[in-house]
Amino acid sequence: MAETSAQKIIAHAAGLDKVVPGEIVTCSVDLAMIHDSGGPRRVRPILEKLGVGVWDPDKVVLISDHYVPAVDAESAQILDVTRKFATEQGLPHFYDMQGICHVVLAERGHLKPGMFVVGGDSHSPTGGAFGCFMFGIGATDMAGVLATGETWVRVPETVRVEVTGGMPKGVSAKDVMLALCARLGMDGADYQVIEYTGDTISTLPMSERMTLCNMAAELGAQTGIIAGDKTTAEFIRNAGAEPSDFGRWLTDPQALVRSTHQIDIAALGPQVAAPHSPANSAPVAEVEGVKIDQAYIGACTGAKLIDLRMAAEILEGRDVAKGARLLIAPASQKDTAVAAADGTLATLTAAGAIMMPSGCGACAGYGAGVLAEHEVCIASTARNFKGRMGATNSQVYLGNPYTVAAAAVAGEIKDPREFLR
Amino acid sequence: MNTHGLIKGAKVWAFGDYIDTDVLAPGLYMKSSTEVIASHCLETVEPDFVKNVNKGDVICAGKSFGIGSSREQAAQSLVYHGVAAVLAPSFGGIFYRNAINHGLMTLICPNAKQITAGQHISIDATAGSVCIQETGVQYSCEPMPKHLLAMMVDGGLVPHLQRRFAN
Ligand code: SF4
Repeated sequence: MAETSAQKIIAHAAGLDKVVPGEIVTCSVDLAMIHDSGGPRRVRPILEKLGVGVWDPDKVVLISDHYVPAVDAESAQILDVTRKFATEQGLPHFYDMQGICHVVLAERGHLKPGMFVVGGDSHSPTGGAFGCFMFGIGATDMAGVLATGETWVRVPETVRVEVTGGMPKGVSAKDVMLALCARLGMDGADYQVIEYTGDTISTLPMSERMTLCNMAAELGAQTGIIAGDKTTAEFIRNAGAEPSDFGRWLTDPQALVRSTHQIDIAALGPQVAAPHSPANSAPVAEVEGVKIDQAYIGACTGAKLIDLRMAAEILEGRDVAKGARLLIAPASQKDTAVAAADGTLATLTAAGAIMMPSGCGACAGYGAGVLAEHEVCIASTARNFKGRMGATNSQVYLGNPYTVAAAAVAGEIKDPREFLR
Repeated sequence: MNTHGLIKGAKVWAFGDYIDTDVLAPGLYMKSSTEVIASHCLETVEPDFVKNVNKGDVICAGKSFGIGSSREQAAQSLVYHGVAAVLAPSFGGIFYRNAINHGLMTLICPNAKQITAGQHISIDATAGSVCIQETGVQYSCEPMPKHLLAMMVDGGLVPHLQRRFAN
């Protein structure tokens, strides 16, 4: 019988010939990713209660990103627990303050097609861009994984999203996801796996594929997945790892999927989500003119090297508007280093952008750059839930990095394509 | 529920679609203890739930039950009140995992919304069948595999692993 990629990976991890959607099986975990917020401070007490350590330190990646650098004694304490846990458990893959977990995990070559991976974070679907089955779990669940190296999973059905056409100027993967959120709603893919296919996908660099999978979380999906190809293999090689054989994990042409959704990217313009849900997305024209206090380029969704370059395209030779501020927190140290070397950072700072440390920053309100009451922000992040970025009555709009940069220049939300002509 | 996943003549509480994690465990009380959070469970849709729910009752609901945040207290609140099972056509994904890991039976049942409040139902979780006592109507649900049932009977993932590592 024809199978989806998710079915093949889960069956392999479960040691079975095949699995069908709806079936619940127990799988061996190839890799577990944890971060400072949901990781050591929450799982350590459970492991102590069980009287066991991490099952296989080599298969655990620990990343500090949510509370870095510490802004108060409480966050410093959380980071201290994180570092001590790494030492206690002898974790060889601990990345301290190197960037946001989902980005660091990828750029250090930990993800390969066919792997069964769990992450202690709701944006863990990001890893699916590498053709692996990676999904997010809670702290109790994660403690179980760390203790045993296995976890149960209900085999999801697959929802196919077919993206076709050439990417127009001023548009990015982010817009595909905002448009999908508006179309399907936040439970549009209720715990299914979204498989992205179509001729556009093969032309996308890994960082854009990561954005597609990252925001599968906003559709209520268990995860997203994109079949491995030449681009995947090249990325993994550049990260210093050996790519796996991706051919064996591809979805069979006749495999059953629950539904298929088509997106013609050539007909898509920049999208903006109004407060307080990514599902409130519409073409940027609908919110043009909304005055902003802050523009924020950050998060695993929208501050990778490619995103910084999009912002630089807009900011080149322009200035941030009086009365507005532009904060930029690059997704990783590696991306910051490349952006520094190729002049991207210089363009950003010349325009008046304020550079912040790599990490989650203001995205979920943990770090620096949060909002005051009634302030309005446009961000390249994935979520704009009420109060997520600061004061409960602050207003957050979501857009792609071009749109965020354009708003910083104009002092109000504006179609970025006007600056790209 | 017994060790074979059988529930007999449980009283039904019925709810609609999209009962989210904020309805189950209101964000307002998130800094409080599980007891306090649980005392506000479902109050925005059924003020009498907390007062009248009895150990062993079951919930039949509409789609996307438990949609929302990853907070484990949403499932813990129902466990606290002794809810034996939740039947719904679909669940919020993280809630579904959290529930099972905290020993709360969650069963995917396409017809759950047809079961009305106050009826009594019997469930065979491993066989995947539900029977309404008053009418004799039978529905099917996705069967719960034995290894997960064993975990639920132990009270959830942590007690289950405690047993496993003690042996
Ligand atoms: S950047 Fe934001 S969305 Fe990404 S992991 Fe950090 S807090 Fe979560």
